[in-house]
Amino acid sequence: MTPRALIITTTGINCDRELAEAFGLAGADPVSMHLNQLIEQPACIDEFDLIGLPGGFSYGDAVAAGRIASQVMRSGIYDALQRALQRGVPMIAPCNGFQIAVQVGLLPGPADEAPAFVEPPQPTVALADNDSARFIDRWVRIEIPVGTRCVWTKGLEMEAGTDLLPIAHGEGRFVASPEEFARLEQTGCIAVRYASDDNPNGSLGDVAGICDRSGLVFGLMPHPERYTRWTSHPIWTRLDAGSMKIDPPGLRMFRNAVDHVRAHASSSTACDVR
Amino acid sequence: MTIHRIEVRPSQDAGDPRGAAACQSARTASLDAQPRIVLCSAVYLIEGDLDDAEIGRVANELLSHPVTEQAVVGAADRRADSLVEVHPQPGVMDPEAEAVELGVRSLLGRDVTVRTGRRFDVTGLDQSQARTFAERCLANTLIHEVHESPYHPSEFTSGHGRDVEVRTVPLRELDDAALTKLSREAHLFLSLDEMQAMQEAYRRMDRDPREIELETLAQTWSEHCVHKTLKARVEYHGPLPGDRDRVGHEFIGDDVVRIDNLLGSTIAAATKQLMNDGIDWCLSVFVDNAGIIAFDDEHAVCFKVETHNHPSALEPYGGAATGIGGCIRDIIGTGLAARPIAASDIFCVGHLDTWAPDTDRPVPTGCLHPRRILSQVVAGVRDYGNRMGIPTVNGTVWFDDDYVGNPLVYCGCVGVMPRDRIAGDPQPGDLIVAMGGRTGRDGIHGATFSSAELTDTHVDEFSHAVQIGNPVTEKKVLDAIMEARDAEEGCLYNSITDCGAGGFSSAVGEMGEELGAVVQLEAAPLKYEGLTPTEVWISEAQERMVMAVSSDRLDRLQSICDAHDVELCVLGTFGTPGRELILNWHDTEVGRLPMALLHDGLPDRVRIARWEPKPVSAPERTGDRPPITAALERLLAHPNIASKQCIIEQYDHEVQGRSVIRPQVGPFGNGPSDAAVLLPVPDSTRGLAMGNGLATGLRDDPWLMAVAALDECVRNLVCVGADPERIAVLDNFCWPGCDDERRMGELVRAAEGCRDAAIAYRTPFISGKDSLNNQFTTDDGRTIRIPSTLLISGFGIVPDIARCTTMDAKRDGSLLLLVGDTTTSMGGSHFAELFPFDGIDLGLPSVDLEAGPKTARAVASAIASGAVLSAHDCSEGGMLVAAAEMAFSGGLGLSVELDAVHEDPLVAAFSETPGRYMLEVSPDHRDDVERHLDGIPCRLVGRFNGSGTLTTADGTASIDALRAAWSGTIGW
Repeated sequence: MTPRALIITTTGINCDRELAEAFGLAGADPVSMHLNQLIEQPACIDEFDLIGLPGGFSYGDAVAAGRIASQVMRSGIYDALQRALQRGVPMIAPCNGFQIAVQVGLLPGPADEAPAFVEPPQPTVALADNDSARFIDRWVRIEIPVGTRCVWTKGLEMEAGTDLLPIAHGEGRFVASPEEFARLEQTGCIAVRYASDDNPNGSLGDVAGICDRSGLVFGLMPHPERYTRWTSHPIWTRLDAGSMKIDPPGLRMFRNAVDHVRAHASSSTACDVR
Repeated sequence: MTIHRIEVRPSQDAGDPRGAAACQSARTASLDAQPRIVLCSAVYLIEGDLDDAEIGRVANELLSHPVTEQAVVGAADRRADSLVEVHPQPGVMDPEAEAVELGVRSLLGRDVTVRTGRRFDVTGLDQSQARTFAERCLANTLIHEVHESPYHPSEFTSGHGRDVEVRTVPLRELDDAALTKLSREAHLFLSLDEMQAMQEAYRRMDRDPREIELETLAQTWSEHCVHKTLKARVEYHGPLPGDRDRVGHEFIGDDVVRIDNLLGSTIAAATKQLMNDGIDWCLSVFVDNAGIIAFDDEHAVCFKVETHNHPSALEPYGGAATGIGGCIRDIIGTGLAARPIAASDIFCVGHLDTWAPDTDRPVPTGCLHPRRILSQVVAGVRDYGNRMGIPTVNGTVWFDDDYVGNPLVYCGCVGVMPRDRIAGDPQPGDLIVAMGGRTGRDGIHGATFSSAELTDTHVDEFSHAVQIGNPVTEKKVLDAIMEARDAEEGCLYNSITDCGAGGFSSAVGEMGEELGAVVQLEAAPLKYEGLTPTEVWISEAQERMVMAVSSDRLDRLQSICDAHDVELCVLGTFGTPGRELILNWHDTEVGRLPMALLHDGLPDRVRIARWEPKPVSAPERTGDRPPITAALERLLAHPNIASKQCIIEQYDHEVQGRSVIRPQVGPFGNGPSDAAVLLPVPDSTRGLAMGNGLATGLRDDPWLMAVAALDECVRNLVCVGADPERIAVLDNFCWPGCDDERRMGELVRAAEGCRDAAIAYRTPFISGKDSLNNQFTTDDGRTIRIPSTLLISGFGIVPDIARCTTMDAKRDGSLLLLVGDTTTSMGGSHFAELFPFDGIDLGLPSVDLEAGPKTARAVASAIASGAVLSAHDCSEGGMLVAAAEMAFSGGLGLSVELDAVHEDPLVAAFSETPGRYMLEVSPDHRDDVERHLDGIPCRLVGRFNGSGTLTTADGTASIDALRAAWSGTIGW
């Protein structure tokens, strides 16, 4: 089967094309739809096996990054997103998508023993201004925490020199209460960290990305969709041919999710909606 | 209706980076007293019929984040010694407000009107000091109001409808003095002969002009829109290098030549000659908003570079943002629309450290400090480019104190489009459709303003010429246009252009040139009431595009715009019986002009131009011969050479995922790349390199300056892997003024240099831009003229991105080769600027127009063969600076043999002879590379090693120290 991936765009989103391309390279069939259209026809969301919330500056990041878009989603497509969660649809939300996802209430989501949210919850983590108060674009070294639940990053082996992801944001400082942070850490919901000497924005615990309790919903400040070709690596002209034989780490994240969908397709009836 | 006020500030332990940044900005602002702590809160003023519970929800659910922020309805108590608030003035674009209104609608289902502002609680300053701090660092009083208490108005000021009166200007009876006065006072900025031509035309029509007609003519005839100086007939007195076989040139004496249409006979003539001589990949040159070349069989790429100097002098943030915004719109308005894929930015500003109050060099009245200008233009480009999702991948900054009154802001943009979408024309009967932003009073007279000389009173006189952009609107417009361009039934419009300088007046006037047009001005959606028809017509409000749409496709276009929340209106129709421009306001005709007068009525003028070679000057000061290593450190710290990392990292140069070679390279991510390489078509291996050349140091001979700039641009592109047979270039002239015969002479020399270099390198010019009035008159009557500045921007095809090279040294034990000859002439070099001592040869270097193109091709073929590990152009600072950059960018040591280059070690190290390349080659590939170079001078000048030091016969420096010297100059 070719899993279908929904890319949700809206005013000011600008990383939708490369996100779609990454899904395509990973073997999915990507379709971009505007949030306005999904609000009119939320049932469209039921037809997809994967969902991406791309980066950008939704609604100009007015008030705070992702704030207006998350409000529009909370009132317009929250139920449809919950249905997708229940169907076990992997979702990825890089950068502005992550900022939106934590304010919509998709991340970090309920604790293991808690019931699912019926109404959009109050956010419990934040992506605040970088400690430099400045937009930063550069590549940072990352680590995948051992024992993470995240379907997207689990088992991703990183080699020195290629264990990087690009960041490009002004509001990416991960903030959470000590209790919430402890819960995420103890339950394997930290999906990706900055190398401790390469934390670009002052994030708590060097957190670069988290996942929900199912491990399917993955939000992160870096942009794995910009690391799907070796020529995207910041110093690819120095890499030896051997290390470029496997897929770049960004693409491998997308492959993980597509493989997960394929593996679960036979036992799931959710996709029969089509 | 009530106005509610909500404040949002960071919670106690969440940190306040914005406050800290505001505090930091005071450090370099030369204030009497420094703030110790600044706390920043966002302020929202919401006009609407909301009850307390609703306002509470807006405050807590929409405007603040429970983890990191707290909201206060009303105003929090003062938390420090003083308080200032910064709010946009009424009518100034407030992009955030519109989004908050949408958020409230989504949350409560209620419509409200919103304005936003910022509150600063300042510790360490009294109230009056805080106001000064706000006015210098936090606000621009041109567009902001500063309040000293929490601002909570009882109502928003708004425009009111006005009766429209069609004013006729008694032009026919005016004498010359009155014509001149009218031109200046009505901000037309036309010369006397142009005013006379206009008067003559109206005498022939047997009537006087209406106000809107005068404005239309002034916009259309402005330097900004019609480039009349560059297209003028010129009589040039002075020597010209090279051949006399020049199209459009009539040599009447030894050193006198008549040139018919300067641009047409030089830059455009070179392109034409090259196209007649085998270059078949230029698809559209000089006619559209950008020049277009073939990329592959299916795709074309286009490139445009704009200047936005005058607005950036007054309001650098808004000026630069709308500069890049306008240039992006040029790309969207090229052919039937291209998709913007990369941006470039080049700034020229005064030195950051030489201007200070209370010294003998205070910043002139009416000018902003260069530090403020630079940090704000960077912020403007950053916020616009990043929000549009267009990577800013190439640029530079050049410092010279003569830019203090007129900073230069060059914004460039590259786009990609299908080859069957490269041209379109309006058809008779097509609807004139405007889409995007609404029209307001912003930006009125931008086109004519740019043709005026700045003075200390322009801040007050031209505040309305300043625009604030809204990139999110432009992004929506782009999304809608891409969908309309690629619609299944074919492109939904027949022609498209952007609304830039001159607004609707220029856009509709240009599109309707052949057909005529009828415009209903009241149809334009307005930001607020009260605009006159003339204001609607000439407003330069941002983010608007104009299209010609066949009426049977309007519904489909409308539905696409609706889906993207983009506003669209029908302004009128193209095509009138007499090829006229007819302007109506409801049922009243407010203006009528023959298109012929608009586009062909501008009088021809012969301009006299003079140039004579400047004698080689002796050094003004004398000093000792500096030691090599000390000189190297000083040069690396020179702002023109020093790292621009602080700027580059604020730009998203990765968005779209197409960046192959970035502005910073090497294992430390900070090596200064020669050019950027992009992947315009994702599933291809073909790349596009983007670079620039600037040789302002050689301005004593503008011909040489032009040739050297083009040479540098080509070298930059070749160094990353571009094919020199597939490079196209753009010219951007920024001149102090051309009324003076000598400045005009410099312009002629530079244009001839562009022509000669383009033909020699076989790099056609495909587009260009000029800004020819960049001088500033101070309140005490001094004129500060910018150095005549010519930017050459270029892009070139990289046949296979796998062959791209970067400038960072790669391998211990490899060799460093210098390609090209080095001469003693050090006039215009950075070394000569820093170390003027007796015995230095201050003659200008030369560019060999035979060797230069040959070397470019040989180096390119060596790089394409895979024999080159790294390549770097040898330019600002000279060979040793380039070598040091390669070494520390790659984290390697280097030993350099200066005597392999020249017997004088200072010449060897720091001469800036154009045309040279530095190549890193492994010892076993040296012969291969020399075979490609086929006799072109190539010297072994050094070996990379693991020593961590750079060694010459003169001494040793650690590469960490060199990198630190290079990294420490530019930052804020």
